[in-house]
Order: sequence, then C-alpha cells, then structure tokens
Amino acid sequence: MITRRAFAQAGLAASAIVGASGFGNWSRIAAQQRLTQDDLLGFADFGNVTLVHVTDIHAQLRPIWFREPDTNIGVGDARGRPPHITGSDFLRAFGITPGSAEAYALSHDDFAALGRAYGRMGGMDRVATVVKAIRAARPEALVLDGGDTWHGSMTSLRTGGQDMVNVMNALGVDAMTSHWEWTFGAERVNEIVEGLPFAFLGANIYDAEWDEPAFDPYAVFERGGRRIGVIGQAFPYLPIANPSWMFPGLSFGVRQERMQEVVDELRADGVDLVVCLSHNGFDVDHKMAGAVSGIDVILSGHTHDAIPEPVLVGQTLIIASGSNGKFVSRVDLDVGAGQLLGYRHRLIPIFSDVIAPDPEMSALIAAERAPFEAELAEVIGQTESLLYRRGNFNGTWDDLICDAIRAERDVEIALSPGVRWGPSLLPGDPITREDIHNATSMTYGACYRTEMTGEMLRAILEDVADNIFNPDPYYQQGGDMVRVGGLGYRIDVSRPIGERISEMVLTDTGAAVVPGRSYSVGGWASVNEGTEGPQIWDILENHIRRLGTVRVEANTSVSVTGA
Amino acid sequence: MAADAKPRVKVPKSAAAGEVVVIKTLITHKMESGQRKDEAGALIPRSIINRFTCDFNGVNVVDVEILPSVSSNPYFEFEAKVDTAGEFRFTWYDDDGSVYEDVKAIAIA
Amino acid sequence: MRHSRRQALGLGLGAFAAAALPMAAQAALEDAIAAFTGGAATGAGDISIDAPEIAENGNAVPVSVSAPGAVAIMILGAGNPEPVIARVAFGPAAGAQTFATRVRLARTQDVVALAKLADGSVIEARAAVKVTIGGCGG
Repeated sequence: MITRRAFAQAGLAASAIVGASGFGNWSRIAAQQRLTQDDLLGFADFGNVTLVHVTDIHAQLRPIWFREPDTNIGVGDARGRPPHITGSDFLRAFGITPGSAEAYALSHDDFAALGRAYGRMGGMDRVATVVKAIRAARPEALVLDGGDTWHGSMTSLRTGGQDMVNVMNALGVDAMTSHWEWTFGAERVNEIVEGLPFAFLGANIYDAEWDEPAFDPYAVFERGGRRIGVIGQAFPYLPIANPSWMFPGLSFGVRQERMQEVVDELRADGVDLVVCLSHNGFDVDHKMAGAVSGIDVILSGHTHDAIPEPVLVGQTLIIASGSNGKFVSRVDLDVGAGQLLGYRHRLIPIFSDVIAPDPEMSALIAAERAPFEAELAEVIGQTESLLYRRGNFNGTWDDLICDAIRAERDVEIALSPGVRWGPSLLPGDPITREDIHNATSMTYGACYRTEMTGEMLRAILEDVADNIFNPDPYYQQGGDMVRVGGLGYRIDVSRPIGERISEMVLTDTGAAVVPGRSYSVGGWASVNEGTEGPQIWDILENHIRRLGTVRVEANTSVSVTGA
Repeated sequence: MAADAKPRVKVPKSAAAGEVVVIKTLITHKMESGQRKDEAGALIPRSIINRFTCDFNGVNVVDVEILPSVSSNPYFEFEAKVDTAGEFRFTWYDDDGSVYEDVKAIAIA
Repeated sequence: MRHSRRQALGLGLGAFAAAALPMAAQAALEDAIAAFTGGAATGAGDISIDAPEIAENGNAVPVSVSAPGAVAIMILGAGNPEPVIARVAFGPAAGAQTFATRVRLARTQDVVALAKLADGSVIEARAAVKVTIGGCGG
C-alpha cells in the first residue's frame, strides 16, 4: 500500500486536482473466499458527474479468460512507466498482493492457477449489472464506449457487428469512437451509424478528398448541472494497420492540432468539462495529453492496458480500462464552473462468478447467439497448454496458428499479425470453434501463400518493430510484433529502424536467412485487396482437429535485448 | 487533351470585405510521373499538370510550378484576400498543351 | 515508383522502403535547394510544415506549408528521385502565405519546405514522414 500511495502522490504532486483511486480492499476478502458483488461495486459517490468507460470489448459477449502480457516493453520516456511494467513489477508498483484477485485480473503471473480460483472475467450481462448499479446511484452517468466493440467473434463477423450493436444499445451508451468497426467496410459502418441512438464520434476522421471532417468531432451533454464536451478520437492509423480499401476516401491520423482546435472550440462554447474518448493507444494519449491543453479526462483505449489508477499528465487524467469486457471504469468527478476540482476512480474488475448476470442482457445475448450456438459450441480439440496471445512477441495461440499455417499451407515461414485481441484458454480446456474464431475472426482472414526474399522478410520485421518500438509514440501503431513461425531472430528494441533485427534463422535447420534467397511464406490479415487463400480459422480448425490435443512448447526463437 | 481532366473548386459564395478565404481545388489527372515502366519494361512518358494559377479580378493569388511528385488528381489549398466582389479564375496547364479553366464568383456579404 | 513496387510485392504488406539515399538523389536535392536560394545558406524562421507522422498512402501524402511574409516557397521530398515537388509564388491577392497539396513519397524521408522572404533570405523547415509497410493494429 505504501508503494501505491507513493505512486499516486508522485503523479498528483503538481496538480490542483484532488483525487482518490483504487481497487478497494477486496483482494484480501477474495483470498478468504468472501468476495461479493457489493465488494466490487462499492463506491462512495463523489462530486456531480459520473463517467463509465468500457473499451476494446472485441465482441466478447460472454465471460472469457484473458491473460495480461508478460512482456510490454516501453521505449523512450515510456520505459518502466505504466502500462510498461508487468508481472511482479506491476504488482509492486500498485501495492497488489501476489495471488490475489487483483493480481489475477491485472497481471500474468500464475495465470492458470489463479484463473481456476477466481474464474472467468467479463460477459456483457455482468457488465450490464455493473452499469445498471452505477446508474441506480448516478442516474445521469455518461456511458462511453472506446471502440473495437463490433469486431472479434464469429457472431459479430456473421452478423456484420449487429449482435454487438444490439447489445450496446440495450446497455445504453451515450457515445462511441471506432477502430475495427471500419473493417466491416464504410458502407456497413454508415448503415449502422445512421441507426445508432447515440453519437459516433471521430474528430480525426476526415474526408480524404477535400480534407474536411467526415464525422461529428464531439457531443455536448448536460449532466449534474454541468455541460460536458465528449470528443471522439478514432484509431489514428486505420488506413495503415487495417485495409484502407475497405473505407476508401477516409483519412485518420493523430491530428494533434485538430484536437487542440476542437478542445478550444468546446472551451469557447463554455463547457465545464472536456473528455476525450480515445482510441489512440496509451502512449499516444500520454503524449497528446502533454501537448494539447484543456482536456480534463482521456478515456484511453486501443492498447488494451488495464491500469488500476488514473495516470496524470499535467492537469489531464488518463484512464485505461483494459479490454474484452474484463473491466468497467467508473470515474466520479467534481466539476465546477469550467473546472475539474476532484475525482474518485475505480477500475471495476468483472469477475463473472461474483457479479450476477443481468437477466435481460443474458436473454438478449442468448438470442443473438442462438442461430450460431451449435456451430460455436462444437469441440474441435483440447489444449494441454495455456493458450494466450497478448504480449509484445509470440504468445502460445500465435505459435499454434503459425504451426497451423506452416502445416496446412506447406511453407517454410509463417507470419501472423501482432494484434492484441484474442482471449486465452487454460490447460485442460476444450477448444471450441468459438475459441478459434475469438483468436482469428476478421473480415480479411484469407491465409495467403507467397514467396519472399530474406531481404524482404527482414524489412518487414524492421518495419513492424518500428511501429512498436519507435521512441516517439506518434509513430507507434499500438499493436505487438508480427508473430513468426519457422523463423528466429534477435531484436534490439533500443536501436533505430533498420538496426533492430539481426541473426535471422530458419528454426528447423538453424540456417541463416539469406537476403537474396526466396522463402515460402504463409500468413493472414493482409491489408491488400484481393488477397487469396482459405480463411485462417479453417486452417486453424483443420490443424487442431488433426492434432486432437494441442501442446505448445516454449518458444525461444526470438531473443530480445535493449529493453 | 486529357479527356478526363475535370476541375473542381471550393470557394465561399460570399465574404466580408477584406476577409481572407480558404480556396480548395482538385482536378482529375493521372499525373504520369515519367518514371514508371510498363509491363514490357519501357518507360511510360511523363504526362502531368505542370502549372496552376489562381487570379482574383485579374490579380494573382498563387502561381504554382508542379513537378511529377505531386499526387494524381492534384489538390491545392491556399488563401486569398477578398476586398471587393469579383471572380476567381483557376487555370491548370497540361504537359500536352491543354489548358483547363474554372471560374467562381464571390459576393461581398 | 511506389505503384509498381506495390504490384510486384502483391501480398499484404504494401510498399517497401528502399535502403540509403543514393548519391545522385542527394546531389539532386542540393542542386534544387541551391537553385532556389541562389547559393545562400538557409536559416530557421517563421515557417512551418504540417505533414502526417506516418503516411496513410505514400502516393498522396498531405503536406501544408505556412510561411508568413514569404514571396515564394518550394516543397521538396528529400528522398525522392526528383526532389522538387512544387514551387509556389504568392501574388498580391494571396490572403496568407500558406499552401497545401498532396505529394508522392517513394519511401520514408524528410519533406523540406523553403521560403524566400521579401529581403531575399531563405528559411527552411523539415518534417519526417514515415512510409510504412503496414502494421498489425491491435
């Protein structure tokens, strides 16, 4: 606790804002098996305005396992700063007891054992219970969705995101912003947005032809006798990280000057509080908070970080609310005339065995899933290993996917995207078709087979590494390193682009990868239009079915230095 | 003459006397750089818009020399000071000798 | 150019950054700058350049230059085979010395803007634009 207090005070020292935060004292209660819903929802109402933040749900309607990263390297100013601390360092920084419910929710240590003790997390029916409870205490609470909501499951893929739209409408959302939503195509997004009963915001979404704003930058709400401006910031690198041909004519980008302009416009309009509902990713938000003046609260999404306390940059609070429905952030604010006076914050963990499902939402989720239930539930195999993805380098899900690509597409090298979504499975779990889709679902999942030179492979690794390890956050796209199968390399994250990658080898033979030689390569999630190949989930299903029982050996093919 | 060269211009319909207005122009044009090769490996000859001018009531606003690194469908944005009502004249000059023009009137509000 | 390289690659990772700036391109850049400045050294001053950190499309990168008081500006791509992109002369009816266009960038490079002021001096600003293969957004 001392460490945590020291941490909070360090952040608050220069600030006039008075705040409190934390998980509550339920970690010890949990250890004694007495954790209750009231422990999780307990919150002494504060101030006059309440914000509720959910983000990066990735279409996970039901409770899941989600292992937080063991490796989340920060570079430049972000080195060693939350969220770039993991495991025991993370627990120490926030005064969290190893083995506690908090430790299970927020870190990777002992994940399988703690998972069995504390159960799955998330589930939109549990989230609904939490949101209803907050609304019961604070009827005017603003519920804000940071995006990456419509994508990530078989049901969302098959319904064009409609299952999530229906669920979020039932939850009652006041505004959202976007990222993977756009991978359903601009036409589908526009169709959904026309019918949304709430604002779809993106100050940084522009019409590329005339360089003019294409969506509402903000919405203004009257709550608790105060006027609140909520600015939306969509994922800045959509046309680079995702297929731009799916949303032609739109431009994104960080557009820091635009953000300042919009904040100034709201301030000139006399709002009392400026909130940025952001899909920038944490480090980009951290830099933006320091560069743009006048934002009171950034609700940060995209990089899936769950941080138990707000991070204060100048006078701006940054709230990071995790992913996959694991957490709901409640932020109570004391908003004076044109000024934030104080806050109370809680990152509420959604322990699915502790929080009762909301019956109405459970029924809706069941109805959305019903047409697909038989397909979803089919058991394809079993896993003896913990399957997870999140982390800067290959997770075990990625190793399994790369093995599947190499086996099914008969290639020397497999490449798999370093996305941060995809829930985990515990050792002993059955692998259902739903699980496979949760790790692979997307509208551009074709698994290509091609030839690449060693030089090209190296350039790809260098390029993607710079998207993660460039010390300037505005060059970071917020994903993780491209996953590799059949290929090993050494990476020095402290070097500039072109100098990070060395010692590329074929892991089967140990032979060096030669710049001029051509290699057979398979991969998925190509951003190019017209990419051909079977869908990755079919590749993975075939592979798992053939194996029956999956066991993923420790992967030592990537060696990391300079962290 | 490039048959598909179609200019489009955005100018406010009116301005206050002395106001500075933003002007945006687009013209459809492939802007063949002269550096690309066709499938047979032969260089595709350069064919670009090489100059653009904007005048207001006969007085120059901008005069732009354009090289092949300007993107296809060239877009230009700039600002003009409007002291009186009048007419903006926009002119694009093609490598092939063609000249494309557009004219927009602006009133004083 | 980037078109053909993209076609040649033909799978998911977009166009490709070439290696170091060739000597010929470096010389071309220096010649182009000298022709604009008349050989005088360029200085810092009231000139700004706005370009994205990462190009969404290397074939159409929005670049905006503002140089109050300039009589003319030149925009260059320091890493392009032909570095000069455009030269802009501002006339008496210009409302501000700002100009925006979209440019082709063959690879990651600096976009350079030079402005010639009324007294003949030349000031310079640079912005690095990364032309990426494409990542894997979280």
